[in-house]
Amino acid sequence: MAVVAMEKISVCALKTNRKAILETLQGLGVMQVVTDELDDPELLKMDTAEAKARFDKNADLADQAVAILDKYVPLKKGMLDSFAGKETVEPAEFERIIDEQTDLMKIATKIQRREKDISECKGNILRDENQIESLVPWMSLDVPMSFAGTKKTDAFIGTVSGILDDAMLYAALKEKAPDVESLSANVISSGNDTTNIFVMCLKEDREAVETALRGIGYAKPAQAVLGIPSQVADDCRADISRQEAEIAKLEEEIKKRAGVREDLKIVADYYRTRAEKYRILGTIPQSRSVFFLEGWVPADAAPKIRSLLQEKYGAIVDTETKREEEEAPTLLRNNKFSANYEPVLASYGLPKHGKVDPTAIMSAFYMFFFGMMLSDAGYGLLMVIGTAIVLKKYPNMAENMKKMITMFFWCGISTTFWGFMFGGFFGDVIDVFAKTFLGYTGPTPILKPLWFNPLDQPMRLLIWCMLFGIIHLFFGLGIKGYEYLKDGDMVGFVSDIVAWYAFLIGLILILLPTELFGNIAQMTFTFPPVVNTLAKVLTFGGMIVIVLMSGRANKNWGLRVALGAYDIYGVTSWLSDVLSYSRLLALGLATGVIAQVINTMGSMFGGGPIGLILFIIIFVVGNILNFAINVLGAYVHTNRLQYVEFFGKFYDAGGEPFTPFTTKTNYIDIK
Amino acid sequence: MSELGMFFGLLGAAVAVLFAGAGSALGVGIAGRAAAGVVTEDPNKFAQVLILQLLPGTQGIYGLLVGFITLSKIGLLGGGNVAISLPTGLMILAACLPIGIVGLISGKSQGECSAASIGIVAKRPDQFGKAMLFPAMVETYAILALLISILAVSNIPV
Repeated sequence: MAVVAMEKISVCALKTNRKAILETLQGLGVMQVVTDELDDPELLKMDTAEAKARFDKNADLADQAVAILDKYVPLKKGMLDSFAGKETVEPAEFERIIDEQTDLMKIATKIQRREKDISECKGNILRDENQIESLVPWMSLDVPMSFAGTKKTDAFIGTVSGILDDAMLYAALKEKAPDVESLSANVISSGNDTTNIFVMCLKEDREAVETALRGIGYAKPAQAVLGIPSQVADDCRADISRQEAEIAKLEEEIKKRAGVREDLKIVADYYRTRAEKYRILGTIPQSRSVFFLEGWVPADAAPKIRSLLQEKYGAIVDTETKREEEEAPTLLRNNKFSANYEPVLASYGLPKHGKVDPTAIMSAFYMFFFGMMLSDAGYGLLMVIGTAIVLKKYPNMAENMKKMITMFFWCGISTTFWGFMFGGFFGDVIDVFAKTFLGYTGPTPILKPLWFNPLDQPMRLLIWCMLFGIIHLFFGLGIKGYEYLKDGDMVGFVSDIVAWYAFLIGLILILLPTELFGNIAQMTFTFPPVVNTLAKVLTFGGMIVIVLMSGRANKNWGLRVALGAYDIYGVTSWLSDVLSYSRLLALGLATGVIAQVINTMGSMFGGGPIGLILFIIIFVVGNILNFAINVLGAYVHTNRLQYVEFFGKFYDAGGEPFTPFTTKTNYIDIK
Repeated sequence: MSELGMFFGLLGAAVAVLFAGAGSALGVGIAGRAAAGVVTEDPNKFAQVLILQLLPGTQGIYGLLVGFITLSKIGLLGGGNVAISLPTGLMILAACLPIGIVGLISGKSQGECSAASIGIVAKRPDQFGKAMLFPAMVETYAILALLISILAVSNIPV
């Protein structure tokens, strides 16, 4: 139920035991190694960068091979398989893989090389296709593209601007070069505002014809093709089918190796774990025959580690004192229910040592508020069933994921509870269905709310929401009070906590019997006079203490009272915090009303069989949408109530998470 | 005069749905553009940025909620014919204004805020919890407006 106490230990042992000790610690995964301060100039650190890089490279190679196998031989994945988590591997199996690591890496290299060959082939195909594409306009040319003329003639192959036919081209050339007697001008094809031409003339007319061609925008073709276009295109096509056959062969070779995928995953994780060990090894100072190690361990695990290292490896293990500027890392430990809410706390920030871990109190309110915001028994049951199936089917889920899913399981139970309290089951589907399809004409609602229907009495629920809010906030203030008491700060406890309790409770007691409140809430409170007096005493007593004491850090009395008076102004922040809990009402109403809109829409097509089919479609689609958006809303706003309103009263994050030296795996867990 | 009263009542429902919905459409659109940019770079962040994109979508729902309550109040939904006098109709219109106007403005602002939060997720995915909180701050004001609209509509005597 708290932040786990940490102990700093130092280990000094013989180098001969180095490997064994490191592997033991890594296997246990209970020590966060800190070696920054152990930089004695007489001690050396081993340069492990190269070895670590080699392991990292091998892990990458195996990962890539697995990814390639996944690409060509996809694993059949169910919709929920992303919850599956890591597989558990027997140690014997793990040993076997380690023995085979050289062969596995050879296979991985081969797979990777095949993949590279495939992408080369694909590049070739692309090049061929581009070639064919660019040759399309020249297909009817039956001489090679490089053809320059015969013994007595010169040939021009290229493009001119504008769209021309044979006669126009001939006329245009004749006009520019009237002296040329014999000239053959052919249009091969045209398009895109250019015309591809083939022009022949006698060698002696070459210059005149070339000038004439320039005059109409002649240019040589962009691509450097030499052969006859149709033949070149055929060659390209032949090459494409050759490359495709090659790709098929290479893919087949990759697919053949799909059987080693699991082994590759294990070997990848093995290399990752080795790399991590070498990273730590590189930070450890060593002399010629001993090495040193320091780190944080949970205090309750420390004796075990100590005796293990001392007895088995003859190491010297000491408890170190924490240096002043040093903060112990934070590890939370909570009961089975509350532990599921730790990720919520962690995403705001972990508590420091010496501060309260609010997870336990938060978890109860979290579940309560989430249920109120969603407040539909149907949706709640969906959540319970869905999360229960996932939890049952995938016991190896990653830890944080498992916690989140379990958290939603409990929130689902709370949602179901509040749904029955407010009479919501997929909105009002029971009434709508009974009326539309069963001809029910009796009184509605059929499913009576156990408490009351918030749509009929929104004010009543609003008052309740604020009451829940005040309780939540008072818990927050209470935790801060507890921290004051733990630090032995009685003055702080009385002037910052007790005074505020008195002031706020007094204000509430003054407010309740007023006509104003009676009008708003449609509830009248009449207290005996003694309570009214008590209210005034509490309010003014609390106020005086706050004014006088909350600026107590200042010596100047004028400033101190001014600061205190300003602190009284903080009551407005309490007001806005309490009003913020109105979202419990608003979001709860939103779920119910939208579900009603959907059900009403579904029932608009009457009671016949077609009406029933349409009703089912609209009901399913609409409620899935409503469910999704309201679960999201409830999640976000429950977090907000915890983070802003509740934590705002007492919580400072700033703890560093505990990151022990442990095995690093992506795919497997070793038993 | 009861037609005119009905008209203003209906106008109230329209204002609530229309402006709040428009605000959400703007907001979700703004956030969606930022989200699409992040997914181009890293498709794995899809789920996270989608959640952030959806946050400004709630104003539209609040508008719908008030619109629906208003429609059943003036008897257009399922109820018998209720005679709405002109003053009542105008009162219903007034009651619908908070969620309409605040929904429009907060929807757009929340969208801009979500887009910025999507930027957080792009650079520091571990800070998702905090990123989610900034847009939720804007939403508070839509909730307050919703509350007043609901209370006003449901307490106007018909």
